[in-house]
This record gives sequence, structure tokens and C-alpha cells, in this order.
Amino acid sequence: MQALIDEFPVIRDAFWLTIRLTLASGFMALVLGTILAAMRVSPLPVLRTIGTAYVNIVRNTPLTLVIVFCGLGLGLVLDVSFSTSLSTNYLWLSIIGLSAYTAAFVCEAIRAGINTVPVGQAEAARAIGLTFMQNLRLIVLPQALRSVVAPLGSILIALIKNTTVAAAIGVGEASLTMKTLFEAHGDAVVPIFFGFAVAFLVLTLPTGLLFTWLSKRLAVIR
Amino acid sequence: MISVHGLTKVFPGGVRALDSLDLEIGEGEFFALLGPSGCGKTTLLRTIAGLETPTSGSVVIGGTDVTALPPGRRDVAMVFQDYALFPHMDVTDNIAYPLRIRKVPRARRRARAAEVADRLSLTELLGRRPGQLSGGQQQRVALARAIACHPRAFLFDEPLSNLDARLRLEARTFLKRLQDELGVTTVFVTHDQGEALALAHRIAVMDAGRVAQVGTPAEVFHRPATTFVASFIGSTPMNLLPGRMGDGALHVAGAVLPVPGDPPGGEAGRGAGDGGDGGEIVYGVRPEYTDLSTTRRDDGFAGEVAVLENLGTATLVTLEGPGHLVQAVVPEGREPALGTTAWAVPRPGRALLYRDDVLVGRA
Repeated sequence: MQALIDEFPVIRDAFWLTIRLTLASGFMALVLGTILAAMRVSPLPVLRTIGTAYVNIVRNTPLTLVIVFCGLGLGLVLDVSFSTSLSTNYLWLSIIGLSAYTAAFVCEAIRAGINTVPVGQAEAARAIGLTFMQNLRLIVLPQALRSVVAPLGSILIALIKNTTVAAAIGVGEASLTMKTLFEAHGDAVVPIFFGFAVAFLVLTLPTGLLFTWLSKRLAVIR
Repeated sequence: MISVHGLTKVFPGGVRALDSLDLEIGEGEFFALLGPSGCGKTTLLRTIAGLETPTSGSVVIGGTDVTALPPGRRDVAMVFQDYALFPHMDVTDNIAYPLRIRKVPRARRRARAAEVADRLSLTELLGRRPGQLSGGQQQRVALARAIACHPRAFLFDEPLSNLDARLRLEARTFLKRLQDELGVTTVFVTHDQGEALALAHRIAVMDAGRVAQVGTPAEVFHRPATTFVASFIGSTPMNLLPGRMGDGALHVAGAVLPVPGDPPGGEAGRGAGDGGDGGEIVYGVRPEYTDLSTTRRDDGFAGEVAVLENLGTATLVTLEGPGHLVQAVVPEGREPALGTTAWAVPRPGRALLYRDDVLVGRA
């Protein structure tokens, strides 16, 4: 227990990194996932094929592989660089990996949401004179997104937990820090473990409650 | 105003919803597309709106060929069967939305929405969402959305079918008055013949992707061109009985009826005037134009009173004769007793003769 108190600043910084990873990846995944969903319902077969292929490949690949690919493949082999600082660079590479992976799930959730919007809505919009993009942006997506707030919450919770995989390429978020602390405080493995578990619950449980509340508040009354 | 030429629509899978259809709809006309489900009436309306692309043929609105134009560029406004109001916007935004797409400034949009809402008694509801409105109110919002953008034509897809029976009659009167005041060409689809007769200036009765008959409600009601139209129009189904010409008379279901004296029009002569050739015909008469006699009549269809259906101010009587059923409408208080024999006598001049399903004369 004393170990947890002594190492509090380290643990706090680690979880702050976890939160930043989650927010950055979550935002990018939402944008990319929405674009992918739009591609999957677009009238152009080429876009539909690309969207479907992306979702099927990325969703069915283990996250660890995606993250390692980003770290080694993009970082070392292709030499993609965001910063001269090595740790910042790997942070961004892990954000790319997490966003790319999560976007596939976001895409499927939004696509399910689009399917809940009655066909008549899109037709009425078309009859008024909206183009496909306007229709999607102004009529279909606002309704679709409201209906998938709860599933998006689940995806966000999964993302919070998935950030731990960034440890695989040495990003010093919570799980990597936990491992380091285990090594430093061999006598306090169990308290440290429970401390980290509780800290994750502190992040995930309110997220779940928030999204349940939001989904009720934003629900479309037909 | 709106005309379609040789319009054909074949859906993937081979369903021929429209079959080289031609139609002319006049300026300011209230025009009904009437038919049973699957006759192509909704496909025709959607093709005029631009929501369906025809396989061949053309659509002309106000002198412009719009066949290749997207729906928003045709200057028509459609009202959908389920209204398709946008649930995430309030009534004002719903009404003003088409104007927003046309880049009308916000102040003018809101003014126009308020003006149209006032006309349709929606002012109190401007701040509400569609989910908070009743069916009748939603319908009026849908109408307001169509009216707000001053289209050249309105297209209504079953505009009254989502309302309950009582409200439907009120909405019908309201709609007829509104169309009359606005004077905008309006095409509407319905499967309800009563609605078509009540609302429309002219009706196109459709069957299997083709127009079976176009005419005023009176024409379609009194002179249905085919047995299909005859059986479809009318609140009680028309009696259609097989018969035969011979010996200078019509022999129909045991009754001997005079051959019509003055066949109206040339086509009638072929069927009725040259009697005595033993030709097979179908004799049609509406129950409303059939009187009931409890004494024997040679010019009546005999049968046993099998069913009595109360219509309020009248009763629909079904007579069961040998191999046929005949219906007649009798005024209230004049119903025969069940199980007795009665004779259904067609009123002179009200019966129609069909040969090969086509109207050939009147008797």
C-alpha cells in the first residue's frame, strides 16, 4: 500500500498518458470510422469495396499486431516520424494504430445506426434537393449517430482498455508503468495490481454511465 | 403541365412496374393515380419525382424534359405516406428546410415558415419536434414543408392513409380546399377509390403498369371502360354477370332484358345494336342502381336473400341465385326478410355491357 502512495506521481502521469491516448485515438477513430461508414453506404461500388475491405482486414487482425506494425513497420522500416523525441514518436504511432483499429468498430456501429434511419428520410431529403453528401451530413448521420451513442460508449470503454497494448511498443502508459512498478516493488505486487485495476474502473465505469445517460438524452423520438 | 411519354420501368429482377405509359396532367389539376397495390401507381409518382429512373420514356414538367434531372431540380414537392419529417429538427426547421437548401436567407426562411404554418394552423406547434405531434399535425407539417418552397407541382403519396378513419374525412375536405386555393398542379396516389372520386378533378385508374382509364370521377364511375375499372370503382362492388345476346334480347342470369335502344357511340353498336348473334357479354350494374322487388319480375335477377349489410342510411342486400350472387342497395326500412326470394331489377339506362372486358354499351 505504501508503494502505491510513494509512486503516486508516477502512476498519475501514467494514467494521464492513458487518458490522452484514449482521447486522441477516440477522436481520430470517430472521424475515420464515420468516413468509412459513409464509404460503405455510398452509391459508388469502389468506395464500398474499399470500406468493406478495410473493416474486414483491420477488425480481424489482433490489436497487438496492428500496434507492432505501426511501431516497427511505420516507425522503423518506413521511417514515419512525428517528433525528434523517440517517446513522442512512438506515442503518435500507437495513436495511429489504436485509431485505425477502433475506426473499424466505429464504422460498423455507425453503419448499424444508418440502417435504423428509415429509407423515407433519405428519400425526403433527396426529394428536397440534397446531394448524397448533404443528405448524409444533415439528415442521415445526425439521426444515425444519436441512435448509436450507447454502442459507441462500449467502443470507447474497449479503447480505454486497449491503450494498454501500446506498451508493446514501449509507450509508458498505465500497464507498462505497472510492470515497471512490479519490478521495483516485488513485495507489493498485489496492492499495485489492485490499485491499477481500480484506477481503470474509475475511468471506465463513469464512461459507461455517461454514455447510457447521453444515449437516452439524445435519442430520436419518431 | 406534367406529361409522361412511353414511360417504362423494369426493376432489377424483371418486375415491369410501368409499361410504356402515356399520361397528360393539366395545369392546376388535382389528379389521382388510382389502383390496387402493385399496379405501378407509386412507381409512376416516384418516377415523376425523380426518385426512380425510368428504363425508357420521358417525363416533362412545365414544358421541360426533366427525365435526366435529379429530384431537387424538378421543382416539385413530394409528401410521403409516412410524412418523412426530420425527427431531429423542430417544426420551423422542417418547414424551412427546403428553403435552406435553396440558400434562402435565414430571416426570410423563418418568415415564410411562419406564414405557411399560420395558413395550416400550425403556429402553436412551430417549436415542437415531429415526435411530439399527432398524426394529423404531422401530416399538416409535411404539407407545409411542400408548400413553403412554391413548387410547380405537388406529388402526394397516399397522403391520407396514415390517418384514422374519422380524421381522414376531415383531412380530405381540408386537402381539397387547400389545393383549390393554391391552384398548384397536384398528383396523388391512392388505393382508395372513394378518396380518388372525392378529391380529384381527373383520375387515372391503373392496372399492371398501364392506364386502364383516364377520366373525371363521374366518367370513371358511370362509364368504367373495362370490367377491371368497373369492379374497382364504387364503394360496393359492381354486379358483373355473364350473359348472352339472342332473340333481340339480353339473357343474363335468368332475366330477360331489353337490348339497349340507342347505343351510345359507335363502339356500342358492335356489341348491343346488332343483337341476335348469340354473343357472350358481361352485364354490369351497380347495387345502388338496382332495385329490389318482392314480386316476380322477368327483368330481374331472382335469388334468395342471403346477407343483409347495414350501410347506415341503406342496406346492402345479397341475393343468391343459381350460380350467381347479385347485390342491391335498398333504402332503410325496406329490407326483405332473410331467406325469402326477391328480384333485383336494374334501373333502365344504368347498366353497362362489356364484351371481352371492354365497355361496348349501356342498357
